Amino acid sequence: MKTIYILWLRQLKRYFRSRSRMIGSLAQPLFFLLSLGYGFGPVFKAAGQGSYIQFLVPGIIGMSIIFTSIFSGMEIIWDRQFGFLKETLVAPVSRFNIMIGRTLGGATVATMQGVLVFLISLFIGFKPIHWGLVPLAIVIMLLSALLFTAMGTAIASRLEDMQGFQLIMNFLVMPLFFLSGAIFPLAGAGLLGKIAQFDPLSYSVDALRSLLSGISQFGIGADFCILAIITFAFLALGSYFFSKIQI
Amino acid sequence: MQSIIEVKNVTKKFGDFVAVDNISFEINKGEIFAFLGPNGAGKSTTIKMLTTLLSPTAGTLILDGHNVEKDSNKVRHSFGIVFQDPSLDDELTAYENMKLHGVLYSVPKELCNERIKQLLSLVELWDRKDSYVKEFSGGMKRRLEIARGLLHHPKILFLDEPTLGLDPQTRNHIWKYISELNKNEGITVFFTTHYMEEAERIAERIAIIDHGKIIASGTATELKSKTNTASLEDAFLSLTGKVIREEEGSPVDRMRMRRNAWNKR
Repeated sequence: MKTIYILWLRQLKRYFRSRSRMIGSLAQPLFFLLSLGYGFGPVFKAAGQGSYIQFLVPGIIGMSIIFTSIFSGMEIIWDRQFGFLKETLVAPVSRFNIMIGRTLGGATVATMQGVLVFLISLFIGFKPIHWGLVPLAIVIMLLSALLFTAMGTAIASRLEDMQGFQLIMNFLVMPLFFLSGAIFPLAGAGLLGKIAQFDPLSYSVDALRSLLSGISQFGIGADFCILAIITFAFLALGSYFFSKIQI
Repeated sequence: MQSIIEVKNVTKKFGDFVAVDNISFEINKGEIFAFLGPNGAGKSTTIKMLTTLLSPTAGTLILDGHNVEKDSNKVRHSFGIVFQDPSLDDELTAYENMKLHGVLYSVPKELCNERIKQLLSLVELWDRKDSYVKEFSGGMKRRLEIARGLLHHPKILFLDEPTLGLDPQTRNHIWKYISELNKNEGITVFFTTHYMEEAERIAERIAIIDHGKIIASGTATELKSKTNTASLEDAFLSLTGKVIREEEGSPVDRMRMRRNAWNKR
């Protein structure tokens, strides 16, 4: 338990001490919200889909969560490069606990990030349908954050250096984001809508949208079950790969 | 005498490259053992296998009665290590790095705080305890690394070129502390170094490895009389030759180089 706590705390400390990372990871969702939100707003309305900001905000929360989580998971590559990973790998604690501690830490950071984006969105005109549902939305954020942190951990455990990082960002994170329905409605998107069903982020975004804006594609029950299952699968995969790391 | 480390016919290959070639040795409980060899001879690879970071291609390693590969969790309870290359968290302070180590090795809180103060004073970093490690010079990081490795008192202590780049004063302090640990708590010490006089002065037994094979072992006196030389340095040179070794990277560096070369094609 203490191992999990101390490694969780380490992730948090690292996050709060890196101002540039904090600002950078808030600026990106803000730009998306402002440019897409105001840019496409009128078109969206004209197409009879209602307020685009109401539609977009849960998607951008999902975006900031997936970026922060996968980045946190992939910090293992940094730790490998700077050597700290060795220190934890030779310690007399189970690698499962190490992985859980790191993942919880990364997921906590990503959830805070998601909550911050939510708070910012209130200033640009977003209104949650019911404040009582906001805590539930935070639970979904945490679950999604766990999923993608574990995914990052699983991938990073197999990578040796930072060169793989760009590859993952461009060929995994970007497609996951753009195919998730974060910025456009999946209904009526044809083939794209079908592909989106294989994207875990679709279910995070859909769940957040149904809790915060009252718009849903798959239904909150289905979203939650699918998210929970995928999260456990990735936690298992992540801790397996992590336990096999060789230096 | 009871042996605490047993290495039997251990080989480690990275692709075609044989880093460690069928080596065997035993180390007794409470012994101070020096593992010497030129750059790229296989010292660090052997330490990595002994400390569960790498699994051998063939052979068995036993630490404190447990098989290193099969019982790696149990094995990790019995040793501590100071790595050759950095392993600190730069974004944490010196004190936080120590504290984290204390928690990972479940050192009781009071004892942990007491030792952190004692060790950071030993390596003259106590007044810098709240500075971030990223602000430290190379030598300071090295000292912190050693202090951290000594925080918990394991049965076996691995030191991979611990004193590299440190001034004689600090080296002296550190070796004195380690000798006392060895005497008072019966800790077995396994170290590598390029300072031959250090090995001669401190180690009870020495093994020399070259090209992945152990080519000689015994006390410093035995090695000297065997090669008919006056100092361990001369004995070492007569055993391993005077040719300067091409500085080879760590196995990971090598794999990385190969892969990069492949990617660029």
